[in-house]
Amino acid sequence: MAEELKRIGKTLGERLRERGVSRRGFLKFCSATASMMALPPAMVPAIAASLEKAKRPSVIWLSFQECTGCTESLTRSHSPSVENLIFDHISLDYHHTLQVASGAAAEAAREAAMHENEGKYIVVVDGSIPLGNPGYSVIAGISNLQMLEETVAGAAAVVAVGTCAAFGGLPQASPNPTGAVSVSDIVKDKPVVNVSGCPPIPTVITGVLAHFLTFGSLPELDSLGRPMVFFGKSIHDRCYRRPFYDKGLFAETFDDEGARKGWCLYRLGCKGPMTYNACATTKWNQGTSWPVESGHGCLGCSEPNFWDAGGFYNALSIPDSDITRQAAYVLGAGVALGAAAGAINRNKQSKAASAHETVTIDDLDKKS
Amino acid sequence: MQKLRDIVVRVKERDDPDPVINHSNALPIMHEVLHALKRLHEMGETTTIDLRSIPFGPGDEEALLRQLGCGEISIELQSLGKSTICETLYPGVWLIDHYNAEGERIALNIEINRVPEIVQSQPEDISDAIIRLNGQLNPVNFAC
Repeated sequence: MAEELKRIGKTLGERLRERGVSRRGFLKFCSATASMMALPPAMVPAIAASLEKAKRPSVIWLSFQECTGCTESLTRSHSPSVENLIFDHISLDYHHTLQVASGAAAEAAREAAMHENEGKYIVVVDGSIPLGNPGYSVIAGISNLQMLEETVAGAAAVVAVGTCAAFGGLPQASPNPTGAVSVSDIVKDKPVVNVSGCPPIPTVITGVLAHFLTFGSLPELDSLGRPMVFFGKSIHDRCYRRPFYDKGLFAETFDDEGARKGWCLYRLGCKGPMTYNACATTKWNQGTSWPVESGHGCLGCSEPNFWDAGGFYNALSIPDSDITRQAAYVLGAGVALGAAAGAINRNKQSKAASAHETVTIDDLDKKS
Repeated sequence: MQKLRDIVVRVKERDDPDPVINHSNALPIMHEVLHALKRLHEMGETTTIDLRSIPFGPGDEEALLRQLGCGEISIELQSLGKSTICETLYPGVWLIDHYNAEGERIALNIEINRVPEIVQSQPEDISDAIIRLNGQLNPVNFAC
């Protein structure tokens, strides 16, 4: 235990040298880290100077109402080395999906990490928190709300990973049966970083942790609490298909000539213009591709309420033919055609939300 | 019942192969390189371009690397995985390709410099080399 504490007390530079890594290797590591943090290469000397002195921070990862997709995104990443190096240099003290311990032993590990690193540890949260009834989601008999509040109390900062933790996500989608809320709805007295996405890009998750490891602070955030370096520009602005949009060249179906020529997917429902994320540059699966490059529009998964923001295949500015079809659908629900068309133009998002129908077990039985 | 391996699979040639699409995103980078090269020549200012931060379309990166080509010098670095460093067809323009121990790319940079920073021996490694070499040549003194 003493040896472990001694090892933890060493700086990252000292530990890399112990492993026989040369200064050149360290600079290479810093170069990859700069790229991962989406910082300009000119920052490498500053990153090297900071990482040299960086100590191993404690991280407590809490999973609430989630599908484990965020953890899968991180651990199934096909570019493990930089992420692994980062994880070598943080102390992941609690993660109930990854840790061996369970039940009382796991909770004891969480409490020990909180006690030993009071005021210095990072809390990572994936999943939303149900307020409707504490019993909707509990871990070791502790409600999500109680676990979040007691864990965050002594934390330096909180990182809300995934759209569920950042904005409520799928559990909050209408009609929000569990009363799901985001981390920032609960945590008001600690800095909260939102790393949204369904799931988030793995290097964006580690990029934020690397920023804290490197500089001991959190990156600059946008108005929704997301790191500017990754979420500062829209998908549309960084899309390689943007020149086709500017020329008015659009794919109209997924198998027409425009689609084959790689034209803009705006009319097929691409939410790139309203979505802020790093997919267009960071890409997925070790930089292999990303949805738009694979021929499918962006779903807008890193934005609040994306589940209730209308059809994934409706263009953001719906062409006339689509308005007619949607208006007819709403007309069926008893709303006048003219008013419906106006309402769609004024507020498509709330219209889509109100059009949701809830289905009960009884309804399913009747239909079958 | 016919087994899966007994079913013959015929691959049909497409009548209309994918058209060659040029997204032209390599050209602006070449201009950026030209400007950086002028700054290096006139003011000694070095520049590094992180190609992973550029929103390339399919084929853009390959087009850029093809235009840069490979020049007279090629260096291989073995530290935390392999890195290849080569001067392109344009002296002063270097392509630095970092891989991890599993052979996966972790960074791809263009560095406009006389010699890339990472190629130069680092003061910390030189200091370590003096201690090791001294220990090897003067084992008694070193032990004292």
